[in-house]
Amino acid sequence: MLELAIGIILGCCALGAGMAMIAGIGPGIGEGNAVAKACEAIGRQPECKGDVTTTMLMGCAVAETTGLYALVIAILLIFLAPAQMVNILTSTIGSMG
Amino acid sequence: MQEKTSRFRAVDALLILMIVLPILFGIVLQIATKPPSEGIAISGARIFFTIPFFFQDIPITESQVNSWIVVVALLGLCLYLTHGIATKTKTRRQHFAEMIVEKVTNMVRGNMGEYFTGFGPFIAAILGLSAFSSLMTLVGLYPPTSDINVVAGWAILVFILITYYKLKGGILHYMKSYCEPVPLFAPMNLVSEIATPVSMAFRHYGNVLSGTVISTLVAAALQGISAMTLGWFWGQIPFLQIGIPAVLSLYFDLFSGCLQAFIFAMLTMLYVSGGFPAEQYEKRRLRRSQKKAS
Repeated sequence: MLELAIGIILGCCALGAGMAMIAGIGPGIGEGNAVAKACEAIGRQPECKGDVTTTMLMGCAVAETTGLYALVIAILLIFLAPAQMVNILTSTIGSMG
Repeated sequence: MQEKTSRFRAVDALLILMIVLPILFGIVLQIATKPPSEGIAISGARIFFTIPFFFQDIPITESQVNSWIVVVALLGLCLYLTHGIATKTKTRRQHFAEMIVEKVTNMVRGNMGEYFTGFGPFIAAILGLSAFSSLMTLVGLYPPTSDINVVAGWAILVFILITYYKLKGGILHYMKSYCEPVPLFAPMNLVSEIATPVSMAFRHYGNVLSGTVISTLVAAALQGISAMTLGWFWGQIPFLQIGIPAVLSLYFDLFSGCLQAFIFAMLTMLYVSGGFPAEQYEKRRLRRSQKKAS
């Protein structure tokens, strides 16, 4: 029974990490839009390439933030959560039995 | 052009040693203390030892030691670049140092305005520390920026600066800025205020860490593929691992590391100068000077 419980914990942590990274879609679309518009702007006005590139990189970095939140959660779920959850499980079983 | 004396050369050599020796020390320390790992292992910073303290022990981790290495090496680099600096005789390194100072000063002045010109050294320090910390991966050391504690420390420092410059407009004005546009929004403004350092720390740390994780995974996958295609004996030769990880490293270590340093410095400048209430500050200063005059 304990093996099953630990297996469920590990599997759900991995699933949760994978599902958290669905958030990667958002920054992908957003940054794609930003770069596309920057390309258009450079095509229209090649002389302000430097300014456009700097601003675009800044915007991309800010748009990336939500994706990075998801990444941090996924990393926590993979590296930290299983051990914690198993600890909680074993301690509760120990206190019960 | 005066002749370089032997003393000048000796000091030069010492300064170059000051740059190289910490990095060599880091590599030796890593070789000496890192346990041999089996297969892929993605782990955080190793703890060297802990200092007992009143309420909580202070662990001295790899990221701390590596950031000290970066600090000492950067100090050596700065001293080397400014060594033998003169008003007239211009050496190549003096030109380089002047170029760096000029670039940073122009960037600060362009982004923050005339009032914040004194921020140049701080921004340059953040840029250099962050960029060289991320570039530590190039010599195979643990990059301090992939530890959230290091980056969170910087972000908290920036947050204190932001709040300090916001308070320049008077404490009432600062409190009022939370009640924009209506007092009902105060909790949300508070959350967004706290989200600033959190997002700064997560952005920098997440980018560097994701680069490390992806490089490790790709290297492991290539090892698996080469072992699968060539059998157990010839597969020991890592023929697929030549070159392909280097392309990833070019992006994740060089480009991403320098870009994140630039973005961190840029966001620092924007937040600090954006939070500074210039009009209110001028008004207060005028009022104060009038009071003093009367």
